[in-house]
Amino acid sequence: MPKRDDIKSVLVIGSGPIIIGQACEFDYSGTQACRVLKDEGLRVVLVNSNPATIMTDPEFADATYIEPITPEFVEKVIEREAANGHPIDAVLPTLGGQTALNAAIALHENGVLEKYGVEMIGASFDAIHRGENRELFNAIVNKVGGEVARSFVCHTLDDCEKAAGELGFPVVVRPSFTMGGTGSGIAYDAEDLTRIAGAGLDASPTTEVLIEESIIGWKEYELEVMRDKADNVVIICSIENFDPMGVHTGDSITVAPAMTLTDREYQHLRDLAIAIIREVGVDTGGCNIQYAVNPVDGRVIVIEMNPRVSRSSALASKATGFPIAKIAAKVAIGYTLDEIPNDITEETPASFEPSLDYVVVKVPRFAFEKFPGADPRLTTHMKSVGEAMAIGRNFTEALQKALRSLEDKKAPFDWHKEIVELDKTALLEEIAVPHDGRLRKVMDAIRAEATPEEIFDATGIDPWFVDQLMLINETAQELIEAEELTPALLRNAKRHGFSDVQIGKIRGMTPDVVRGVRHALGIRPVYKTVDTCAAEFAAKTPYHYSSYDEETEVAPREKPAVIILGSGPNRIGQGIEFDYSCVHASLALSAAGYETVMVNCNPETVSTDYDTSDRLYFEPLTLEDVLEIAHAEEQAGPVAGVICQLGGQTPLGLAQGLKDNGVTIVGTSPEAIHLAEERGAFGRVLAEARLVAPQHGMATSFEEAREIADRIGYPVLVRPSYVLGGRGMEIVYDEDSLSGYISRATEVTPEHPVLVDRFIDDAVEIDVDALYDGEELFLGGVMEHIEEAGIHSGDSSCALPPITLGDAEIQRIREATLAIAKGVGVRGLINIQFALGSDVLYVLEANPRASRTVPFVSKATGTPLAKACARVMMGTTIAELRKDGVLPAEGDGGSLPPDQPIAVKEAVMPFNRFRTPDGRQVDTVLGPEMKSTGEVMGLDADFGTAFAKAQAGAFGPLPTSGKVFVSMANRDKRHMIFPIKVLADHGFEILATKGTAEVLRRNGVAATVVRKHFEGEGPAGEKTTVQLILDGEIDLVINTPHGATSGGSARLDGYEIRTAAVRANIPCITTVQGLGAAVHGIEAMHRGDVGVKPLQEWAPR
Amino acid sequence: MAILVLEDGRTFHGETYGAEGETYGEAVFNTGMTGYQETLTDPSYHRQVVVMTAPHIGNTGVNDEDPESTRIWVAGYVVRDPARRASNWRSRRSLDDELRAQGVVGISGIDTRALTRHLRDRGAMRCGISTTETDPEALLARVLEQPQMKGADLAGEVSTKDAYVVPAQNLAPGEKPFVVAAVDLGIKGMTPALMAQRGIEVHVLPSTASIDDVLAVGPDGVFFSNGPGDPATADVTTLQAVLERGIPYFGICFGNQLFGRALGFGTYKLTYGHRGINQPVMDRTTGKVEVTAHNHGFAVDAPLDKASETPYGSATVSHVCLNDDVVEGLELRSADGTLKAFSVQYHPEAAAGPHDAAYLFDRFIDLMAGSAEGANA
Repeated sequence: MPKRDDIKSVLVIGSGPIIIGQACEFDYSGTQACRVLKDEGLRVVLVNSNPATIMTDPEFADATYIEPITPEFVEKVIEREAANGHPIDAVLPTLGGQTALNAAIALHENGVLEKYGVEMIGASFDAIHRGENRELFNAIVNKVGGEVARSFVCHTLDDCEKAAGELGFPVVVRPSFTMGGTGSGIAYDAEDLTRIAGAGLDASPTTEVLIEESIIGWKEYELEVMRDKADNVVIICSIENFDPMGVHTGDSITVAPAMTLTDREYQHLRDLAIAIIREVGVDTGGCNIQYAVNPVDGRVIVIEMNPRVSRSSALASKATGFPIAKIAAKVAIGYTLDEIPNDITEETPASFEPSLDYVVVKVPRFAFEKFPGADPRLTTHMKSVGEAMAIGRNFTEALQKALRSLEDKKAPFDWHKEIVELDKTALLEEIAVPHDGRLRKVMDAIRAEATPEEIFDATGIDPWFVDQLMLINETAQELIEAEELTPALLRNAKRHGFSDVQIGKIRGMTPDVVRGVRHALGIRPVYKTVDTCAAEFAAKTPYHYSSYDEETEVAPREKPAVIILGSGPNRIGQGIEFDYSCVHASLALSAAGYETVMVNCNPETVSTDYDTSDRLYFEPLTLEDVLEIAHAEEQAGPVAGVICQLGGQTPLGLAQGLKDNGVTIVGTSPEAIHLAEERGAFGRVLAEARLVAPQHGMATSFEEAREIADRIGYPVLVRPSYVLGGRGMEIVYDEDSLSGYISRATEVTPEHPVLVDRFIDDAVEIDVDALYDGEELFLGGVMEHIEEAGIHSGDSSCALPPITLGDAEIQRIREATLAIAKGVGVRGLINIQFALGSDVLYVLEANPRASRTVPFVSKATGTPLAKACARVMMGTTIAELRKDGVLPAEGDGGSLPPDQPIAVKEAVMPFNRFRTPDGRQVDTVLGPEMKSTGEVMGLDADFGTAFAKAQAGAFGPLPTSGKVFVSMANRDKRHMIFPIKVLADHGFEILATKGTAEVLRRNGVAATVVRKHFEGEGPAGEKTTVQLILDGEIDLVINTPHGATSGGSARLDGYEIRTAAVRANIPCITTVQGLGAAVHGIEAMHRGDVGVKPLQEWAPR
Repeated sequence: MAILVLEDGRTFHGETYGAEGETYGEAVFNTGMTGYQETLTDPSYHRQVVVMTAPHIGNTGVNDEDPESTRIWVAGYVVRDPARRASNWRSRRSLDDELRAQGVVGISGIDTRALTRHLRDRGAMRCGISTTETDPEALLARVLEQPQMKGADLAGEVSTKDAYVVPAQNLAPGEKPFVVAAVDLGIKGMTPALMAQRGIEVHVLPSTASIDDVLAVGPDGVFFSNGPGDPATADVTTLQAVLERGIPYFGICFGNQLFGRALGFGTYKLTYGHRGINQPVMDRTTGKVEVTAHNHGFAVDAPLDKASETPYGSATVSHVCLNDDVVEGLELRSADGTLKAFSVQYHPEAAAGPHDAAYLFDRFIDLMAGSAEGANA
């Protein structure tokens, strides 16, 4: 049964901005789907608001709409395509996470799909409904002979209380139709229940939650299943959770394949999976099914299914080499599994079940340090922001590789601490509650001589896994106790995944010495291949992982290789944007005749797809691991060099070490990187170029910090001397706050000084991405932040081209950028942040690498900056790239044509994921520390519409009627009158604080006065602004921050308002420019002419 | 310490696993990620040294329910990382202890993937494992003295000596069970169990059973099981006599190869065979793909593209492996197209493996029922 011939045009829906629970795995799956569908000759129409994705590159679809994924905008896309003579035949909503699924469901329910004759493929509406509706799903499980946890569907809090009465505490609360477990949790008592179920009812679009018997502590499994229209079903991967039931699978350490099931038990899960997918009716795609197994008697409970490709599918694809999204897309357009070849063997079909001869371990990466006060306990509500995966020939090797892949100093096991310091009883108590860092404590408990039974009783971690941890500990003990580090000991430690760093710490040696000893003894890893079939057939795809085993499988090659280092696990400040640049480099250099070798450990990404690069090493990004890969590739053929500039701070930090060990670094040299990163050196670069940075100083104690602040004047920006995504930065307005910061930043010592910078208040912040080849500068883009300076560039929205800067300012920026690029010695990309205040251009920071904004700039200007960067790094000049057509023949991002559309980037925050231990919302105040997880882009001919689209993509559409709350800083009051009047004329009711209301009234705009937050509730119960916002009575907030001169409380009040707006999920405008823009947007929406237009038409190149 | 030496001289050094001593057999690899207990006790692995491609073996220990026969049959066992501790609610003892108790010599800690790739590229071959010999050359000399699998007649070594009956289950009151004569060429316990569950009374007969022995149980159908060895060595006169009489026939694995030979097809040795539980097989009668359990080193040589006329009717290839187009099932039909006998090369009884092909037991019942109707008519 070949491809359907009735489908000519397919709409693929992406997943929008990166948020917790929905990350770049859907870029991976969507990119695969788009590739497959295009290869099949179909017209591919894509909607995704996330510019940082590979899938939104114009070459991956015929029409790429970077538009909000809302039913309204998707309908506009369907309408426009039909009007242009390309009616969409089918929508594929199963590869864009819950966002895409929800959008498709809404379009089905409001009749749009029927109106335009669009069929849902991948999974039908009915199948999705059966899979996601609890009652229907439970009935299906029962029908096929499975069991579900006893439960009650509830629509009110009363229902929930009754259900809990029946089941007894603890109970699990699961809202319907939410992603990543939003709103779910475990209630141990009535108070918990009210809180969690209340939030869950709110979070569920159908106001529905499930109250369920607790199966906390049971073993947890997942199966990835694929079915075609001929009813062929295969299980692609089994996944076992190391952390038992009670922790969201996204927050669990997970292992593939399942390690502790007999064949009979596994086949029982398999039979259930097949029966369920048949009964639910997913007949052309993939799904995943989760189970709990009682360790005491093997009783199996089916937990849930996702009738779509999920985060686990990405993991399973990388873990097995079976490209789930690609196959799902083929099956969706009518192929059967036996008609689809297995890419890796090329000879066998996809209608088989992968067999693994290795172990895969995935570990989550958290960001609790970004959200002070957040409850670090892990529950059924996902909180991790990324993950790392590692492959080893056994569990111990895979686990330890995964832990060092996290790039978190606290993650790998450490035997440094004396055993006497460890208190077994206390540790057993601590590990009973799952939290970030529990694994290290489990190891400490083992060192404190806890028995496997005690560990199992406290944690529910399967005794086999506990024994593996004990094996790791015994190996470490042998290293500790041995008189000398013998080859046998060293070999054994490497076999269980110990890094040179770990061994060195134990033996009191530097990692370099351990490496030297190891190399002298010839103890090096070999590279095995992920081949889907446990070596039964020869693999044609070089997808490698290291292991301390006998035989290597790296093939010799002729062409020069370029090794590209990826960015590792997603974290706040280093996410998909860097993967984008790495993938582009790989594509560009492959086309330029190099053999590209990708190194990365993030299973969610496009870069770790086996067909993105010529070779893939799924390995940790540490000096040791990268040096071994460089060595292996040097053995295989010529190596032109290693690219460290595109994967963010992670590879950049490896550059010097690699160079010191004789590895060629292409592009900007490690010395140049140092010039940009080291404060003193960078100061000299600036001085030479006659550029200014805000006044600053370095303090090793509070006294020093106070002296500096007194000298340069408050407010000051304080931060630790290392920088990544602005970690640990704060703006302080007075000595008290400064002292508070210093006491909180524990590591203030001469080795760890604190930087104190003058904070440029009331300034426009500007971000620049530029290319430099040593001769010519190519200004990629100049982005003007819409927010005031002081909010981390990753968290602020910005516009490109800049909306208020004139040619003269851009010229100054160009000159400054050139001077810095030249002074530092950049060969490739550089990102510089400027602040323009009182006509002085300050240089805030320069990063000699691809930045977070590269994909945004590339999409907005239609220029493949990362591809160009990769070529420049290999020695091609900008002039040559202009000739080759990679870069425009003339001009650059600083001299855009007048008809250039305006692109607006808006950041998306994860605040709704985090609560304090007592259940309150964490502080949502934005500042110099980056907190956003993702971004969207709004693109249109004018700023107003683009801004409205960015708002719609990030938070939901701007309102076209209702109540507007206005509170303006004095300096802005003059500028607000006209736009507010326009809003009033459009029928909005205006609410304002006293001062603002007076000014408005005097100008003929009626405004109702509301109480300020710090004034508290009125005598007659009049609500404050914040209360009104939280109660959902306000539709739009306009609040420009007051300068420090007008008093700290007003500024704080503004932050409270903004926080409330974020919590209530309503748009909040914080600048006069933003207000003007929003009003333009609202007017455009009133006119009803907010259109959609694909990238291919915006930037015909 | 232990060494493994292949007949072409390649040597692996590892640790002792299971019993001390020395053993020889044909080195083959199995790609199943679960089911080591079933694999070890499958009589078809008699005289074979089994290399497990899954690195962790023994994690769920050994229980009393999952063995497929009364003993471990493999000649030797090769794993990478044996479990130090078993974890499963049904586990009774560790695999290491079980191997030792049954005197099975093994080796652990070697690069099993390298060994597997070697066997894949050069074919299954003889090997020896020794925990007592330290000189690979000396062990190699003894390996080369061992008999080849090609030409080995082994069914008699694994078959039951005495006939026994597995009673039918799930019968309605008064319902008469089907009676099946099952010739044990190395039968796995799950096969009669699945038949019995479907209301079949299974008379398991020794491999030496004559047509008279078969007829003596008054069978509605005859079954030939899986088993070790080269099918070219087997005597197919009993099976031919069954076919001549038109008694419904079902065969699995060795029973498929014998069916092929009885129909006049040849059999041949595969380079490295099919051993795993993830093999895609297409049922050409329905076009559906099943994921199936395999354990065979030999296969039937029959034309895929046409029916072959035989003295018993028209024979066609009903199942093929999609990985390599190996014949995985045969069908015999009468001139009017009625199914008379069938067999598959793979394992519908699974254990270990997926249950996708369990419908074949139902097909066998349908065949017997149809035949009974025909007889009554």
